[in-house]
Amino acid sequence: MTEDKKDPGVVFLKEINEPEEKPKKSFLGKAGIPLLSIFTGLVIGAILIAATSSTVWTAFGQGFGKGLAEAWREIITAYKALFTGSLGDPARMIRSLSSGDAVEIRRAFNPILESLVQSTPYIFAGLAVALGFRSGLFNIGVEGQLFIGAAAATYVGYAIKGLPVYIHMPLAFLAGAAGGAIWGFIPGFLKAKTGGHEVINTIMMNWIAFRLTEWLLSGPMTRPGSGGLPLSPMIEDSAKIPQFFASPIRFHLGFFIALIVAFLVWWLLFKTTWGMNLRTVGTNPRAAKYAGLDTGKSIMLAMTLSGALAGMAGAVQVLAVNHSMALGLSSGYGFDSIALALIGNNHPLGVVLSSLLFGTLRNGATRMMVVSSIPIDIVDVIQAIILMLVAAPAIIRSIYRLRKPKQEEPQVFLSGWGGQS
Amino acid sequence: MTTTTNVIKHKRIYDVSPARKLGMGIVEIALSLLIFFVFALKTQAEHFTRFVMTPGGIDQGVMRDLVLPSRTTLIVLAAIVLAIGIYQLVKGFGRQTNLMVGVSAVALIFGFLVWQAAGMSLNLAGMLSSAVLLAVPITLGAFSGILAERSGIINISIEGMMLMASMAAAIAGSVTKNVWAGLLGGILSSVLLALILGVLSIKYKVNQTISGTVINIFSTGMTAFISQKFLQGNQGLNQPPMFSRVPIPLLADIPLIGPILFNQNIFVYLMIIILIVLQLALFQTRWGLRLRSVGEHPKAADTLGINVIKTRYMGVILSGVVAGIAGAFFTLGSVGRFDEGMTAGKGFIGLAAMIFGNWMPIGSLGAGLLFGFADAIGSKLSLLGSAIPPQFMAMAPYLITMIVLAGFIGKGQAPAAEGEPYEKE
Repeated sequence: MTEDKKDPGVVFLKEINEPEEKPKKSFLGKAGIPLLSIFTGLVIGAILIAATSSTVWTAFGQGFGKGLAEAWREIITAYKALFTGSLGDPARMIRSLSSGDAVEIRRAFNPILESLVQSTPYIFAGLAVALGFRSGLFNIGVEGQLFIGAAAATYVGYAIKGLPVYIHMPLAFLAGAAGGAIWGFIPGFLKAKTGGHEVINTIMMNWIAFRLTEWLLSGPMTRPGSGGLPLSPMIEDSAKIPQFFASPIRFHLGFFIALIVAFLVWWLLFKTTWGMNLRTVGTNPRAAKYAGLDTGKSIMLAMTLSGALAGMAGAVQVLAVNHSMALGLSSGYGFDSIALALIGNNHPLGVVLSSLLFGTLRNGATRMMVVSSIPIDIVDVIQAIILMLVAAPAIIRSIYRLRKPKQEEPQVFLSGWGGQS
Repeated sequence: MTTTTNVIKHKRIYDVSPARKLGMGIVEIALSLLIFFVFALKTQAEHFTRFVMTPGGIDQGVMRDLVLPSRTTLIVLAAIVLAIGIYQLVKGFGRQTNLMVGVSAVALIFGFLVWQAAGMSLNLAGMLSSAVLLAVPITLGAFSGILAERSGIINISIEGMMLMASMAAAIAGSVTKNVWAGLLGGILSSVLLALILGVLSIKYKVNQTISGTVINIFSTGMTAFISQKFLQGNQGLNQPPMFSRVPIPLLADIPLIGPILFNQNIFVYLMIIILIVLQLALFQTRWGLRLRSVGEHPKAADTLGINVIKTRYMGVILSGVVAGIAGAFFTLGSVGRFDEGMTAGKGFIGLAAMIFGNWMPIGSLGAGLLFGFADAIGSKLSLLGSAIPPQFMAMAPYLITMIVLAGFIGKGQAPAAEGEPYEKE
């Protein structure tokens, strides 16, 4: 399909001998396009805020200068709410600290900690997609794997009783990972054995997962007395991932687990033979085959690990934040995570950073809605625009008059579907 | 003297591998056993199943109710499928293999209904009629996918285009108080998204699945944003007029078929028209040959002077037009208002129908109808008090698609150059 001009064997040998000796780029060189994309996305979001505000239009009716001033005021109010809502108000933090009132301190610091809470599932889900991309697989089924993982974690969380925390909590979390892993393994297996493309199969598995959890939550796993609503029982206290502070702060251990897992994914991908095999299959499947790598095994492994990461995203939400499962568990983590992975250049560190950014934006958007009555969904729009700009760097280059880099990043091999690849 | 003409006896060899011949035979026999042991034996001998053969509220093309002795019918069905299975194992149906699997599947579904409605009455015609309606967005979604993919562009953003179109159609229809203007508004919004998909995938050579994801996220966000910002506070913007039922003279009077196919709203007829046009255009015209060649082997097409880039843009934009019609169906042909996320994955099922239908318009219609039927059965089952959860019926289309994709029922043939950006050398 895609023509490789180079001898695959040579490419592979190069990959083995000088794995990390690609031209080192500065951090700004690597992060330049994503940062500019994020900036541009926020600018377009600002324009959208101003353009959909009725007061701005009335002001423009009175005069152009007045309109501009009103638009500026509107944008500043909205973005100020966005950032105080997500990072907190520094003045208030200082005041609360000097007053020494514990409740007031918690309230003042809650926004920034809540942003970390919001980021946690994104880190897991983004890692899932990134690991897939690095291995040449487009896992569009994170949403489904997340649902199955959450259901498995929930079940272990409430059905097993009387275990100590240090066994029950990890057990429930791993059950979530296992659930997601199974859901990821199936399309991986199908791709390896029959060539059925993972994009289609994971999309199908998403919808099967939604229907399955809907049935589970309104049937076998329903909460007694929920009146037919799809809702699970509360999990046992021993299964809960501990939160560090008293209410209203929900900041929990899961955030640090996410960071550790991100480190492990980085280590696996870039420091182990397994990881190198995965990446070789991802960037150059023909070379991998030529070198005698078992591409089928690599595909199954990658999809299983990717599914496990997605399952963890569901598990952490249930065990640390919601403490029970409902159908509204995910606000589209699956598709968001594709954006996060790509904005983070499919690198674990990049994924953590982009997850922090979007967790923060989403958290702040709630406050922005209260202050400026701008629907939260504007974050989705901004996210789509940023994703578009990251995926098509030529647009950003032409906006900011950047020069084209001499050497393009090696593209991950993603084929069309239909099973001929 | 006789002129000896060498009559070469063409023996067409249809490629049915022995493994598949065996496998399909076993599947068919298994289905027959299922019908017999699960359906027939669990049905009481004295029960009758009454199928109402006219949809409710329709007085053209009325047909008498069909009353069947439940158990006898099931035993007959099981026997027919068993016969098919045995013949398949012994001699094989050759080219007709898939058709016979289809016949067995229909027998299974029919048997399932006979079993579930034993001792009761079921409006079969009403169910078929709603299945056709439910199939409209799925089938149109599949057509949209075919147009893009035959030109070599993967379009997973059918869902997003449909969602955007359903909102645009609601707003345009409400503002102008005209259904046709609503339809046009829907199509325009969807075409705009298709253009973005085209520019990203063709000009900027972005991975096509990623471009599609951009559009899906954008549509979900934008429709929710506009809906909350403008529609919820201003109901006047979300009250579009609807296309009403238009019986087609004469055809609507045919018993059973008339009410189901020819006494529907304009979207059903549009679906049929697009089917015919698309099938003919793709396979009988120079236009279709060019479109397909660009999707199969762009380099060769380019050598022959076909403008690959232009052809691909055309495929994507037409894909947007059809997805726009599908989206408008939700607000103008089905619900009568826009709700957030109202397409509920129908665009993705459309994608599944396209694959199931092997990138062929006629096949996609078949798949769309099947999936629509699964939907209709699902909602009817709960009314009949069935023990089978409706969610399981709803899963069927996705499962079937995965099975098809895995090559268990004949391998699909995707356009060869799909997903690859074209680079002129």
